[in-house]
Parts: sequence; C-alpha cells; structure tokens
Amino acid sequence: MILSLLGSWTRRRRVSERLPVAPAPVAAAVTLRHSLQLRHVDAGSCNGCEMEITSVFGPVYDAERIGARLVASPRHADALLVTGPVTHNMAAPLERTYLAMPEPRLVIALGDCARNCGVFAGGYAVAGAVRDVVPVDLEIPGCPPHPDDILAALRRFTNR
Amino acid sequence: MNLATFAVGAVQLALVVVGGPLLLGLMRRVRSRLEGRDGPPITQPWRDIAKLAHKQRTRPTESSWIFSAAPLVLVATAATVATLAPLIALTPPLAASTDFIAVIFVLLVGSVALALAALDTGTAFGGMGASRALTIGALVEPALLVAVLALSLPLHSTNLVAIVADGSRHASVLVGPSHLLALASFIVVILAESGRLPVDNPSTHLELTMIYEALILEYSGPDLALVTLGESMRLAIWLGLFVNLVAPAGVAANAGAAALVLGLVAVAAKVALVGTIVAVYEVTTAKLRLFRLPELLAGGFILALLGVVTGAVMR
Repeated sequence: MILSLLGSWTRRRRVSERLPVAPAPVAAAVTLRHSLQLRHVDAGSCNGCEMEITSVFGPVYDAERIGARLVASPRHADALLVTGPVTHNMAAPLERTYLAMPEPRLVIALGDCARNCGVFAGGYAVAGAVRDVVPVDLEIPGCPPHPDDILAALRRFTNR
Repeated sequence: MNLATFAVGAVQLALVVVGGPLLLGLMRRVRSRLEGRDGPPITQPWRDIAKLAHKQRTRPTESSWIFSAAPLVLVATAATVATLAPLIALTPPLAASTDFIAVIFVLLVGSVALALAALDTGTAFGGMGASRALTIGALVEPALLVAVLALSLPLHSTNLVAIVADGSRHASVLVGPSHLLALASFIVVILAESGRLPVDNPSTHLELTMIYEALILEYSGPDLALVTLGESMRLAIWLGLFVNLVAPAGVAANAGAAALVLGLVAVAAKVALVGTIVAVYEVTTAKLRLFRLPELLAGGFILALLGVVTGAVMR
C-alpha cells in the first residue's frame, strides 16, 4: 500500500499554471514584505465570488505561492477581502471587522456587487457598495471575477 | 562550565531561532507539492514574521498583563530549552543539571502561558481553545513522563544529556525494546504537543474545530510574530530531541569547531527529514474527532508504560 502511495505521488504532476509577468505593485506593497494575510468577509454575496476565491487558493491558481494566505482572524490580517453588496445586516459587522484589523490595513472589494451593488442595486436589503461603508484600496471587477484576475490583483500587493 | 559550552548554547539557540520558521516553511512546501501545487517558498514564515514585526499591536480592551506577557514567555521558554538541550553537541551549558523532566515542564510553562492568555482575552473561542488545549495537555503529559521514565531506566538518571550521550556511545541502547516503545509514544506526544494532524489542523479556518489556533486569534503585529516564532521553535525543539533520541549519530561529543559544524549539519538534516515525513503523513490523514483524541493519547501512554515494563523486566 505504501509503495503504491509513493508511486502515485511521484507520478503526480504539478497542476499549477505558470505565472505571467508580475503586474506593477501598489504603494502598500513595501510594508507587506511579500506577505499578504487576507480576511474574507461575505457582506451579502451570492457565493459566486466565494467559489472563485476557493479556486484561487486551489492547486491550479495556487495563490499561496505568491505569499497570500487566508487567515481566521481580522487581527492576523493585512487586507480585508469583501464580496457582495453590503446588506443592512452586514454593514456594522463589516465596519467592526475593519476596525479590528491592526494598522496598516487594506480593503479589497471583489466582484461587481462589492464595487457598485451589481444586480442587487436598489434592493430593499442593500445598504450600498463596499466603499460606502469602509475605505477601499483596490477593486476587482467581474461577475464573478476570473481567478486569473483575482490572482493578478493579489500579486500587486505581494509583488511576486 | 566554561566558555566553550556557552558557545555551543549560542549556536544551538541561533539554529533553533533561524531554523524553526524554515522548518515550518519546509513542511508547508512539502504539503503543497503533494497536493500538486507549487506552494510558498520555505522562507515564507520569515517574511510573515518580518512583516508582522512592523505592524500595529492590538489588545482586547479587558485584557491584562497576562495577554502581553504570554508571547514573551512562550519564546523565552523555547529559547531556554534550545540553549540547554543536547541538540548539536553533548556539551551544552549546565549539562549536569539538564533534567529531562525539567525540560518538559519548562516547555509546558509556555503552553500554559498561551492558554491563560487565551482565557484573558475574554472571547468565546479563546476560552474554548484554552480548555481544549489544556485537556489535551493533561492527557499528553502523563504519557511523556512515563516515556521519560522508560528512557531513564538503563542509566537510572533522567539527565537528558546523559541519555543522549548513552545512546550515541552504545548503539545497543537504541534498539532496545524499552527505548523503541518509549520513542513510539514520543511520536504521539510530539504530534499532540505541536498541534499537528491528526490532533489539530494547523491550517484550519473553522473556529469550532480549532485547538491551538483558537488560542492566538486575538494576537496581532509583533505579538503574533513572537507567537509564530515561538511555536515554530517548539516544533524544531521537539523534533530535534526526537531525532537525537532515535539516532544520535553526528551529535558532537566535544565543543571543537569541526565537530560543532558536523553536529549542526547532522541535526538540521535529520530534523528536515523527520519534518518531511510528518508533512507527508499529514497529507494522508484526517483530523481525529475531538472525543476520539483520548484514545490516541491513551495509546501513547500504553506504549510508554509497556516501555517501562519491558525495561524493568529485561534488566
């Protein structure tokens, strides 16, 4: 059994796609030192963006190789990754999560809903876009954004 | 006690401080490769620590000095053991009084400090994590102490330096059933003490399944950097002690420069090998349900007990 396991590992090919040339880093990349801890907040998303985030950290796009990591606490985070239009129920938790992060703190609005409420604009439960609740440093367009675009945006922070 | 022994202590401390985060990076890298990913470079934990050191330090409003002191206690206890334990040479400082049981309890002070700090934050997850960590600690420590008893039988001494020195002089000690059983129990203890699978998943994001990660949810900036450094130093120390008890080949018998370099390379290579094996094991296994953990840890205790019995019978 052990031999067959070892055999399947050594035959296993790397599935990560090769990285293109890194995009120009944002100004905050200097203080991050090639390391980006992200706290994800779902402010009212349809979970389409969440599926793309999952695949960004999966084997094919492998965001961990550029130094990005999802963490369990806003205290550990450098950046807040916000998805979805901000609903009335999530506006206060989003702001409190932002305030719980240590300085310097960044906010990435992921997807069209986070940028301008998308198809939920004008809905009775929607309080506004992410930038109406917390200051946003970078927006990633798309409904949902392609994992390549998310990876490229994260690389502007980790500069790798 | 002379200058040379302190040089040995300084080299060991430097090795554990620099090598601990690298060991963590290596284990993450091995894990990534087995999952078909590239994974982060092995220097990534050091990059994280360098960044965290320059960030703001936040504190829960109701927390006391315990919360601020715990990361320092964790690193200080790990540094003490890293200096005094026989990792690269059999001549660390204060070798005559390096008791194995004292080493275990100095490391325990670090774990308890972290659990108290988690209670101090006043959050639900901190309290839950502290109770789980101490429950596991209470089951691990007896197994560890009985394993030490088994290892100390041939020499009638719990002096850690003497036990490792005895193993490096007489290979017959290393293959004795009592020694092997004690080390098998040591494996269970190390996996539990350093929060690895199947006891705890070090990369979990689910608060309800967390054990050790739940203790540090409120730490940020320089405090989190110290906790990360301390945890990785403890992992390096446990694995370093384990490899030197299993196969003390290469450990320097004197404090000469050439012997020290050889000892340093040997222990680094052995720890890297064992770390890789642990990472491979972690990819192939799932976390045990919390209520089944006592069975695993009781198994470790029984192995250690059998080690004592066989050791006593065979004398």
